[in-house]
Amino acid sequence: MKKEYLKLDKVEGPLIVLSNIEGVAYDEMVHIKMDTGEVRKGKVIKIEGKTVVVQVFEGTAGISTANASVKFTGEPLQLPLSKEILGRTFNGIGEPVDGSFQVSAKEKYNVNGRPINPVARRYPRNFIQTGISAIDCLMTLIRGQKLPIFSGNGISHNELAVQIVKQAKIKGAHADNFAVVFGAMGVRHDDAAYFTRSFEAAGVLDHVVMYLNLADDPITERISTPRCALTAAEYLAFKENMHVLVVITDMTSYSEALREMSSTRGEVPSRKGYPGYLYSDLSTIYERAGMLEGAEGSITLIPILTMPNDDITHPIPDLTGFITEGQIVLSRELNQKGIYPPIDVLPSLSRLMKDGIGEEYTREDHLALSNQIFSSYSKVQDVRSLAQIIGEDDLGDIDKLYLKFGRAFEEEFVAQGSNENRTMVETLDLGWKILSILPKSELDRIEPEILEKYYPKERRC
Amino acid sequence: MSNDGKVELINGPVVKGSGMAKFKVNEMVTVGERQLIGEVVSLDGDIATIQVYEETEGLKAGEQITSTGAPLSLSLGPGMLSNMFDGIQRPLKKIQSLSKDFIPEGIGLLSIDEEKEWEVKITVHEGDRLEAGAFYAEIQETQSILHKLMVPPNLSGKVVNLKKDGKYKINDWIVQIEDKTGKVHNLTLVQKWPVRRPRPIYKRIPIYKPLVTGQRVIDSFFPIAKGGTVGLPGGFGTGKTVTQHQLAKWSDADIIVYIGCGERGNEMTNVLEEFPALIDPRTQRPLMERTILIANTSNMPVAAREASIYTGITMAEYFRDMGYDVAIMADSTSRWAEALREISGRLEEMPAEEGYPAYLPSRLAQFYERAGCVETLAGDEASITIIGAVSPAGGDFSEPVTENTKRFVSAFLALDKKLAYARHYPSINYLTSYSGYVTLLADWYSEHVAPDMLELRSKMVRLLQEEERLNEIVQLVGEDVLPNDQVLVLEIARTIKKGFLQQNALHKDDTYVSLEKQYKMLHVINDLYENALKCVKIGIPLSIIRKEQVFEDVVKMKYDIPNDHIERLDALRQRITEVYDGLREKYQ
Repeated sequence: MKKEYLKLDKVEGPLIVLSNIEGVAYDEMVHIKMDTGEVRKGKVIKIEGKTVVVQVFEGTAGISTANASVKFTGEPLQLPLSKEILGRTFNGIGEPVDGSFQVSAKEKYNVNGRPINPVARRYPRNFIQTGISAIDCLMTLIRGQKLPIFSGNGISHNELAVQIVKQAKIKGAHADNFAVVFGAMGVRHDDAAYFTRSFEAAGVLDHVVMYLNLADDPITERISTPRCALTAAEYLAFKENMHVLVVITDMTSYSEALREMSSTRGEVPSRKGYPGYLYSDLSTIYERAGMLEGAEGSITLIPILTMPNDDITHPIPDLTGFITEGQIVLSRELNQKGIYPPIDVLPSLSRLMKDGIGEEYTREDHLALSNQIFSSYSKVQDVRSLAQIIGEDDLGDIDKLYLKFGRAFEEEFVAQGSNENRTMVETLDLGWKILSILPKSELDRIEPEILEKYYPKERRC
Repeated sequence: MSNDGKVELINGPVVKGSGMAKFKVNEMVTVGERQLIGEVVSLDGDIATIQVYEETEGLKAGEQITSTGAPLSLSLGPGMLSNMFDGIQRPLKKIQSLSKDFIPEGIGLLSIDEEKEWEVKITVHEGDRLEAGAFYAEIQETQSILHKLMVPPNLSGKVVNLKKDGKYKINDWIVQIEDKTGKVHNLTLVQKWPVRRPRPIYKRIPIYKPLVTGQRVIDSFFPIAKGGTVGLPGGFGTGKTVTQHQLAKWSDADIIVYIGCGERGNEMTNVLEEFPALIDPRTQRPLMERTILIANTSNMPVAAREASIYTGITMAEYFRDMGYDVAIMADSTSRWAEALREISGRLEEMPAEEGYPAYLPSRLAQFYERAGCVETLAGDEASITIIGAVSPAGGDFSEPVTENTKRFVSAFLALDKKLAYARHYPSINYLTSYSGYVTLLADWYSEHVAPDMLELRSKMVRLLQEEERLNEIVQLVGEDVLPNDQVLVLEIARTIKKGFLQQNALHKDDTYVSLEKQYKMLHVINDLYENALKCVKIGIPLSIIRKEQVFEDVVKMKYDIPNDHIERLDALRQRITEVYDGLREKYQ
């Protein structure tokens, strides 16, 4: 028989404090029953002698120091998981919100997970074709990778994420073993609806599991939302051998929720008021992507974050970039030029790309081609700033070609329709076609044999 | 009375216990029913504050805290090479065999394999007098590394008993010595050493030889010394990890200790996959045989991340004491500093700059000062080189970790975002980086490479600086207004960057380049410059000079001339002279 406690010492923000409590475990779940009959969930976040601090997920509105009874469950937050979760929608603590039944499952899984042992990991090597040229050619997504999208408010990151989900072709994945896990933290209702509609239109809704914590939902649940999503992903990938694509958005709202909780607890703040453990905390989310030596499935993670003030050095994108294996950066400038997807290729990067492309996987010229495009496009930026000073007409002939290359690259290679699905070969050939605006002598990143073989016979002019 | 404490407060990895007046600071303890491993960090009356190296989820107030009687220590002995450990020396493969794919808490203190039998050759005789640090036996641990067993630093005495050569496990005694007081000590294959205390040496000796890395921008421009300290800062995406991997692969150290401190799991998996397949150019054996990996990835407990740096350096010191040159790569020290900050915050200490604790500079200094070129207790010359990656927040080098690291390292290899965006790798900035070892190593370079090596280097550095200055003018008015000799400087600087400084880690020849080849390549570029300059001086237009095929050949020599045919560089020099002599004749 579990004890129920009837008297609270303190109610403060999302926290309640109780004293004279014994045998309570750190991080265990708490049920708070109010006199209205409503039951809220909470979690033990600090134990000090016989005093316990509990964070209430649904918020403390309506709780008084005398109207609630508190029961400690003795268990951490766990999710019952089975294949039944496919096609379902849950809230940030894994309760169904689609009006349907509870998930029946033999086993429950701790949402915090445990770190994957580095020796048990399988190094990701197979690329995922997204059908988007800029990504496939220049920052190839690899199965088992974590590759975030760094965006800004009002930029088309949601469209891009949907296009990736719709078009992603994972080698070895088919309708039976492919799943999408979608986690929304602090996202507006219409954004969430956009995702649902798009998944439905693409006919993948049966393979999607959603964990939604919308902008007006309690922020305390926001912290467990990505953890629920990744626990579900781990189950599907490692127990059911599925290839799972996880999209979580928006990591900025998540981090802000973490900051809010941290300040309520009175912790010492670090950069921009975020808690000192932001890096460790984010890593326990991002590092759950990957593949295991002993399992067929994979977790590929695409977190989306909106950079406050478009500042890539802000702590959230900065710390994210240090944990994830690269980043896809979207640019407001390209977005305003009407280029979709507005991918800013120069700061974008896929760290795992080098081992997942080339002769064995895509084509032998892939790496050289992408290096050359990066290098030439970065030269375009120099030429553009020179042109701003002396005017385009006074540029040398080669420099004029660079400007032309830059324009063609942005308008034909980066830009594509939101339903346009280019194959890897089409993308690479297009890259060569545009590169051929530049004479061979400017292409110094490509080995002579490759250049000979792939440089188009007819130069584009 | 019981020596156990009781858990009073739990706040993430920080736990406070009561009834612990008899515990010592830095003592290792086990916490709770699941026996989580922790370390006492401070004492206040009978209340001790403990940092716990494992996840504290599920821990309850009132659970027991037990002393182990010793500070956080490593078991130093055979079985470390080719192995991968977490931050407190628990072998990850062993953990995998116990608990499969994920790392649980409460698996206890594991260390190097206690069951494995090693072929031991005893090198002392009865009656020998052994001082601290003296060798008493040898084990061929891997084909490339001979593991020498040493008398622990705090012990000396006369051999009174010994076993025959043969197979032993690490805890078997093989030699017994009697100390001054007549007490007999068993010497086994293993010794314990607390991680936070530097192992003693006989004395430090001056630095004089380089750590040859096969990376041109380092060896020729910003050399690293054996026994030196290097800071390697760079924002994300600038290629820190690739650079660290290149150094771990190709440095001419005897032993490499690679610490993945708070970094990505997949990177460590990559090392595990890649290194066994790579062959050491000097010993022709797999590189893994000389490598120790420590992996405390970002999502593993933060307190163990703090300890991982000390674990790595202590292992390095142990091998140094055998007379080896050890290089240690810490990727990244910023994550370690952040672990300090995180724990300091939980301890509610007063924060200093950017939330880091005020003792950050002294901790960094203590770490880097464990590097050095030394004479060991056994009288051998040996060294530890520390190469610490720094991940400055927002790529801003004025943040506390980068700033303080700069104070304690002698070489500073700044990775540059702009170069990385242009895929100029390694993206070591050739203008803001520096190496304080150039003068210390001058004699070595002139004796082992060539007397004019450093002269050539200075000339190239000057050309690059000149280019930077000229570029400012070009940015304002365009290249056309510059006189031809200055445009030539721009062209040559480009050649240095593309043909020499950029190095392709994925290319079979370019990934490692011998000092001799580097020297010859510098000469080729120098010849190109001097010959072209002569042509410019008699009024030949630069466009004509630039058109010659040799100009392109120089840029591509790193790919076209394989490492086993470096004599072709001499032929290239010859051709440069011929081509431009011919050009001049035609014009005169």
